[in-house]
Amino acid sequence: MRYQITHQTKYSYESIVTLSQQLLFMSPKNFRYQTCISHNIRTEPNPNESLAGADYFNNIKNYISIFAPHKTLEVSAESIVDVLNRPTLDKLLPSPPWEEVKAKLSLGHWQEEDPINYLYASVKAPADEVFSQYAELCFTPNRPLIEAAFELTQRIYRDFEFDAESTDISTPLIDFFTSRRGVCQDFSHLMISCLRSLGLACRYVSGYILTTPAAGQPRLIGADASHAWVSVYCPVNGWVDFDPTNYCLVNDQHITVAWGRDFNDVSPMRGTVLGGGKQTLDVSVTMTPVFDHELSIQLPLNVGNG
Amino acid sequence: MSSTFLNRYPRANNRHDEMLHPNGEVRPHWEDLINTVGNASESAMRQRVESVQRQIKENGVTYNIYADTQGAQRPWDLDVLPLVIPEDEWAGIEAAVIQRAELLNAILVDVYGAQSLFKEGQLPLSLLHANAGFLRPCHGIALPGNIALHHYAVDIARAPNGQWWVIADRTQAPSGAGYALENRTIISNIYPELFYDLKVRRLSEYFSSLRDSLNHWGRLCAAKQSASNPQIKPLRDGENPLAVILTPGPYNETYHEQSYLAGYLGFPLVQGSDLTVRNNIVMLKTLSGLKPVHAIMRRVDDDFCDPLELNSDSLLGVSGLIKSARAGNVLITNSLGSNILESGSLLGFLPKLCQHFFNAPLKMPSVASWWCGEASALEYVIANLNHLVIKPAFPQRRERPIFGEDLSDSDKDKLIQKLRANPNHYLAQELVKISQAPVWDQAESNKLTANAIGLRVYVCATPNGYVVMPGGLTRVAAGEDNRVITIQQGGTSKDTWVLGDQTHIHQSLIRKTVSSKDLVHENAYLSSRTVENLYWFGRYSVRINLASRLLRASLLYFLEYSSSEYQATEWTAVHGLCVWYGLMADTAKDKESSAPLSIDHNEIEKQLISAVLSKDGNSLAKNIQQFYQLCFNLRERLSLDNWRAINQFCQIYIAPNPQASSIAPNTQASLSEVLSILNETCTSLVTLSGYSLDGMTRDHGWRFLSMGRRIERIQFLCTLIQSGLNMPVESNLDWLLELTDSIVTYRSRYSAHPELLPVLDLILLDENNPNAMIFQLKGFIKYLTNINDHYGNTHEEQIMTARLDALLALNPDQDFQRGSTQLMEWLQVTYQASIEISESMSHKFFSYSSIQQESNRY
Repeated sequence: MRYQITHQTKYSYESIVTLSQQLLFMSPKNFRYQTCISHNIRTEPNPNESLAGADYFNNIKNYISIFAPHKTLEVSAESIVDVLNRPTLDKLLPSPPWEEVKAKLSLGHWQEEDPINYLYASVKAPADEVFSQYAELCFTPNRPLIEAAFELTQRIYRDFEFDAESTDISTPLIDFFTSRRGVCQDFSHLMISCLRSLGLACRYVSGYILTTPAAGQPRLIGADASHAWVSVYCPVNGWVDFDPTNYCLVNDQHITVAWGRDFNDVSPMRGTVLGGGKQTLDVSVTMTPVFDHELSIQLPLNVGNG
Repeated sequence: MSSTFLNRYPRANNRHDEMLHPNGEVRPHWEDLINTVGNASESAMRQRVESVQRQIKENGVTYNIYADTQGAQRPWDLDVLPLVIPEDEWAGIEAAVIQRAELLNAILVDVYGAQSLFKEGQLPLSLLHANAGFLRPCHGIALPGNIALHHYAVDIARAPNGQWWVIADRTQAPSGAGYALENRTIISNIYPELFYDLKVRRLSEYFSSLRDSLNHWGRLCAAKQSASNPQIKPLRDGENPLAVILTPGPYNETYHEQSYLAGYLGFPLVQGSDLTVRNNIVMLKTLSGLKPVHAIMRRVDDDFCDPLELNSDSLLGVSGLIKSARAGNVLITNSLGSNILESGSLLGFLPKLCQHFFNAPLKMPSVASWWCGEASALEYVIANLNHLVIKPAFPQRRERPIFGEDLSDSDKDKLIQKLRANPNHYLAQELVKISQAPVWDQAESNKLTANAIGLRVYVCATPNGYVVMPGGLTRVAAGEDNRVITIQQGGTSKDTWVLGDQTHIHQSLIRKTVSSKDLVHENAYLSSRTVENLYWFGRYSVRINLASRLLRASLLYFLEYSSSEYQATEWTAVHGLCVWYGLMADTAKDKESSAPLSIDHNEIEKQLISAVLSKDGNSLAKNIQQFYQLCFNLRERLSLDNWRAINQFCQIYIAPNPQASSIAPNTQASLSEVLSILNETCTSLVTLSGYSLDGMTRDHGWRFLSMGRRIERIQFLCTLIQSGLNMPVESNLDWLLELTDSIVTYRSRYSAHPELLPVLDLILLDENNPNAMIFQLKGFIKYLTNINDHYGNTHEEQIMTARLDALLALNPDQDFQRGSTQLMEWLQVTYQASIEISESMSHKFFSYSSIQQESNRY
């Protein structure tokens, strides 16, 4: 599948900003299932400095700074990305019991360097007994890793409700766990905390998802959203991506931008401004299939709100 | 006396004693000190103790208590007896500590670089990734000279067999070196001959090495900056690079030390908001624009240093700092991410790593440690809980140590559960009986107590290798529990004497000769924040001076008004001024007339007293507290003597402990007590303004201070004279002279009852009177002109000159009397103008420091 994605961000400030320094994770990654055909980022006002580089997890980061006084900042990231089909649940190789995976990772050997990066609790995905207890409902003794992880995806999808109004980026995970309402980041962080508290490695993936227009309606511009899901390490199948917000395996309707231990490593845009006062944020994402064809999965899709 | 106090000294049977052999004899290296103390009379020792306490108080040596943002400061605590260490023993400590610094540096460089220790299996990856101190954005930061650990401190203690052990490593931004230096200054003063005879090694060379080394690497960064950026000029021949100390700010527990070090080393003390990053170069915001910074000695924790890439909630850091360091444009000491070395989980691996890197055994062992993250270690720890202490493995988890021996069986089970649930988070260490040393008992004369001690040793990197401070900070355990040593919880400290001859003088490799082109006549690096603080320092020093004079006058008139038959008409005017200064409530506001007869005397009395002493509202005490805060923020700009004077004077109003305050907190002060406090305050303030007039260098900072003083006086004079003109004709004018400190001048000239024309002439037009309006205006214009010559800007200057011209155009015979609209108008316009000028100056010169930084993220 080929997609065109436009990710627009607009900050409006109450008073003049004299210096803005921003770090962007908006450039889609290249990896086994995905190739970025073209990509560019424009900002208004134009940046005085702009610098691209790779972060510790090999994501593409862009640093911009603006010295010209301004009251609005617009960032527009446009990408064309090719995505390959991934194996569906029935095509994945049989996975080992999860305890076996845990034991292997706990040795801390360099061979497992990649998953061990994502093995331990992090700021947004903290460890807590309640998470391991919740995970153990699915991770019963000797259960194959992928089977248990997919059931956890389902359990989170059923037990928690998507609600864009109930949490924001500062809401602690435990509050989401208690209120049972939140957005894709909360769903993902919960799944990550559950898996890590069992000693399994998993990463937070930031990206986009294709939404399905209501029957007979045209695709709305900007109605799509940035999204997040979870990638679980399996020694046999490699990284397998689960979307707990939508109860599905990730296939060719998810675009991967960056991955890290949690949201803090890969938030799309973070920075500081001098001045500005109160700020309002407006984000829109439009994701269009370049060659339209029938969608293979017809689940009711929840969208994240970034 | 010697024998009596030694007889009463508690012997240790299960720990090493620093002073005594097990057989009770004094160890040879302690003999001179013990003889000096033993031969001294009781009163001589008492004098020494008092001298130490006085110097601590006068120098304002404090240690902030963390949680208290109200700025509660605890005086530093220092014992009169130093810890004495003989030369040969010190040589062993020195070698071991240098080896350890080299080892830790090698590990740190590897962690944030090649990571070959992990690839080769020398260290498990879990050690890296389970550690919240591992900051991934810092991977790949440029390290000039392959040094990441520039400043290192190690806590060592002595086991019962006499062997020194390492208790903890301080690798992030080690504190205490400045306190060690202050301890030395104070203690060497009380035993001058002994200090000389014993050839105690000096500390100053260590600080010179530190300064020279920072300059050395700063110079490399400067070269890098100008090579990559054509707008950055290379350093001139002989020009020093700009090194700064980055402080978290005045509420940090060791802010006093930071400002002391900044003053001692001659580096500007800056906060995160004083710095900004442009084109990958860290810049200091100064009065004359942005200046490139080459080296940053930081006292801000790793994670708070760069809100862009690290903790985005931090207001203490500098956005883009990591980027600049990565490019090699700035040296940050210690390199960001060095906190990872403070994790106890590393301790168990050090002997092996020492063999790996240096093919040599570790010279000084660490206290036996087991990181529960290793399965076998966890089982050992659970089986041996009774003689272990359990600590967090990573310093980010602020948990108190748990002593296995203190736990009940059920608590032990709970702890074991906790360990099994998150083994990575915990470290177990052997309980060591650390050595004891004598401490002079301040409560009971001629008595020594024995307390557990630990020594913090300081190391700094130089281009020629690590050097060790010959001495250190000896910390003494507080109270009964000899197992914990922490200054946070109230332990005392000792100076540390390393004996030896002076052959140790360290030759600095850095060019030492100063030629005339190195002479500096103006501080180029005045930060905008410092200048703003100086301006307000000027305003507040005048404000508290005027407020205390005003309150004193008010008190006197009130006493006269309320107690004598003569009802002082002046009371209304002085009361009005108090209201204008916000010191008293406007009681007459809601009444038709200001009918003075209806005043409740008791109420006014209460108001007056609270205007002086109240800790809330806008009292004199509150103003002095704000003044003190400003002084504290300017600490490194003030001379020691000046600071002492300020400190002493402010203690009357802000002393945290009631004994130091003249008035007990819960009793109502009487008017006469308040009056005597005010008298004392006025006297002290005369001394203080003398310092700022005589003692400070006439740089731009001083000019801003002086402009602050002038502006404050202009506003006061405008208001004062307007109230004077509004008084009834029969009123006495003495108070106008009293408040402008012009009474002596007036009497010597006129020897008559004050009359309006000569009074106004003296306080408005007399150029020789430093309290006159014209003196303020001319001075202000002069300083502003000088500043404008540098920064080009004339608007405020024009306004002030116009006010001066208008004042000179007044006709005294016609305008200097009651009912003169000309004079009233001039006063009103000038008052308004002074407010505008103050605002526009803040906007122009301080704007860098006042703009709030906000973070965003989604």
